[in-house]
Amino acid sequence: MPDFLYFLQQLINGLAIGSAYALIAIGYTMVYGIIGMINFAHGEIYMIGAYTALIAITGLATLGIAWLPLILVVALVCAVLVSSSMGWAVERVAYRPVRGRHRLIPLISAIGMSIFLQNYVHLAQGSRNVGFPALIQGGFQFGDPDSFQTSISYMQITIFVATLVCMSALTLFISHSRIGRACRAVSQDLGMANLLGIETNRIISATFVIGASLAAVAGLLLGMYYGSVDPLFGFIAGLKAFTAAVLGGIGSIPGAMLGGLILGVSESMTSGYLSGEYKDVVSFGLLILILLFKPTGLLGKPEVEKI
Amino acid sequence: MMAAQNVKHALFCAIITLVISYPILGLKLEAAGIRVVLTGADASTLVAIVAAAVAVFVFQLFRDTIFKGLGRLPSFSPLANREPMSQEKRARVESIALILLLMAALTWPFFASRGSVDLATLVLIYVMLALGLNVVVGLAGLLDLGYVAFYAVGAYTFALLHQYFDFTFWQALFVGSGLAAFTGMLLGFPVLRLRGDYLAIVTLGFGEIIRILLNNWTQLTGGPNGIGGIPDPTLFGMEFGRRVKEEGNISFHEFFNIPYDSNHKIIFLYLIALVLATFTALVIRRFMKMPVGRAWEALREDEIAARSLGLNRTSIKLSAFTIGAFFAGFAGTVFASKQGFISPESFVFLESAIILAIVVLGGMGSQLGVILAAIAVTILPELAREFSEYRMLIFGAAMVTMMVWRPQGLMPVRRIPIKLKKAE
Repeated sequence: MPDFLYFLQQLINGLAIGSAYALIAIGYTMVYGIIGMINFAHGEIYMIGAYTALIAITGLATLGIAWLPLILVVALVCAVLVSSSMGWAVERVAYRPVRGRHRLIPLISAIGMSIFLQNYVHLAQGSRNVGFPALIQGGFQFGDPDSFQTSISYMQITIFVATLVCMSALTLFISHSRIGRACRAVSQDLGMANLLGIETNRIISATFVIGASLAAVAGLLLGMYYGSVDPLFGFIAGLKAFTAAVLGGIGSIPGAMLGGLILGVSESMTSGYLSGEYKDVVSFGLLILILLFKPTGLLGKPEVEKI
Repeated sequence: MMAAQNVKHALFCAIITLVISYPILGLKLEAAGIRVVLTGADASTLVAIVAAAVAVFVFQLFRDTIFKGLGRLPSFSPLANREPMSQEKRARVESIALILLLMAALTWPFFASRGSVDLATLVLIYVMLALGLNVVVGLAGLLDLGYVAFYAVGAYTFALLHQYFDFTFWQALFVGSGLAAFTGMLLGFPVLRLRGDYLAIVTLGFGEIIRILLNNWTQLTGGPNGIGGIPDPTLFGMEFGRRVKEEGNISFHEFFNIPYDSNHKIIFLYLIALVLATFTALVIRRFMKMPVGRAWEALREDEIAARSLGLNRTSIKLSAFTIGAFFAGFAGTVFASKQGFISPESFVFLESAIILAIVVLGGMGSQLGVILAAIAVTILPELAREFSEYRMLIFGAAMVTMMVWRPQGLMPVRRIPIKLKKAE
């Protein structure tokens, strides 16, 4: 029984991290689905979201406001606002001018943007990690109090609920709203959508803004979950989320969700049963294996090479 | 109508500038004991933020006019309107310039200070790395973001072989770079089937895996503590230290009967790096003229067309990858010997990004451009010490600017022509 409870604990931890990865992965998968490029600076946008949320929380604490729902809502709004503006600006500055050129060029420009943003925050806020207050504490515990107890913290429940809400909202938005329909049209055929009178530039900007907003939500959640942020916070998380997007099939939104969960669980199982140091090795190894044997991912459509 | 739209757009851009810069730049999180407090930035930062927003507003408002004006300006370059030199004259001028450059590079360390020679050695290591990566990224068009892994393989091979089997620099140089090339081949074999952007991510993941392994395999690599005591190169068995460390060797100053000078070692290391960098440049230049070099460029330009002409995609890409890795191993061995101590700290992703920035700034594929960019990127931060913390910020911005404005680099590549002999 304790063995099972231990397994259950790893599963819960993995699902919590995994659903946050899924939120970040949406940004990669949507951008890739529409313009076929990897938004390398997405991890940094997520990191900026976490920083902004922390700045808002600290600001409210200085003003003496302690009502939790208000703090969370204000932090969320600030993080989403700043991150989505950043996403919009990054697209305008670094991606739009190089769109349609040779494949390497947008990728290098995106890497440059990522390095720039990392150092922008590093210079402005210092390289040391800053403590993120644990606003949501406590949790449920079950199992025999004498041996191993499985616990689900309220924070983990918040992550599940928030992810579920965001994902449902996004699915509804993509399938029912005007912009969502335009997004689907653009991802099927950009040139044709343009001919039919869709303002493709505006849709591409909207994609970046949506992806950045979800990344900001993930930034707030994971910042609280880990308890600290630093300027390098986004780099590894971005890579993991990209892995999740590829794992699920890049371009597919349910795929990103599935990929995030699988990645989160496999990571926490590695930490639980092998060693915490090797969890990054496992997720990168997983990425390499997926790309080698099933480059389309679990739910992706096969890509036909056009001549 | 048009003007009103322009004003709206410019205002929107200015507001976005404020939103993305004020929270991060204007408010600073500081740890006070266990609590985190928020402090406002000083007035000059606020003025700068507002000035940036105003600048964006003005630029967006008069964007069309500014671009029109820029188009009308005459070209800045005095060489733009000159007739291109004839092929032979150009080749002659180039070879004279190269010989002069090499002569200068050979003689100046004897008159320069110790610190600058040491820095020059580092520059040469970056030249080797950038020339190697140039084969992979610039010529073959394969974006390798984990290039530093092969550099690490070279450096760690030397360190470990010395620790366990007492290898010298010269023995380790070829074993190390051979092993790096072999690693490149092993990685390249499965991943080169992937499309460009997937390849970039896989190589990035590979680089991270190598670094994590070096960091955690404590019994073998010493983990984060690294490996020390790596010996300097020897000249035909002569050592450059004051006292001889290995049995059977004699020291340089005793052999030539000159007083001991600690600068000899630094200069010798520099000269070795210079010879190896020249070797790297010449070998790669040779490859560029060979059919395989042409095939790299053909695959980069149009993979489908190249394949339909019968080029074997996998073996050609693999050769570029292996050669690039080989020279990274070369540079790694020299680096280990120069530092005398290595740890996983030296092989982080940032290092890969710097080497990539050098290749991009120099002009992908262009050897001379890459060499000049390596010199600039390594020396400029040393000259402008007060700006050194902005180094990576400027790199990032420069990479974006180059891609937007001049993707061919500062010195675009020129195809090396070959004259065909006339048939008798």
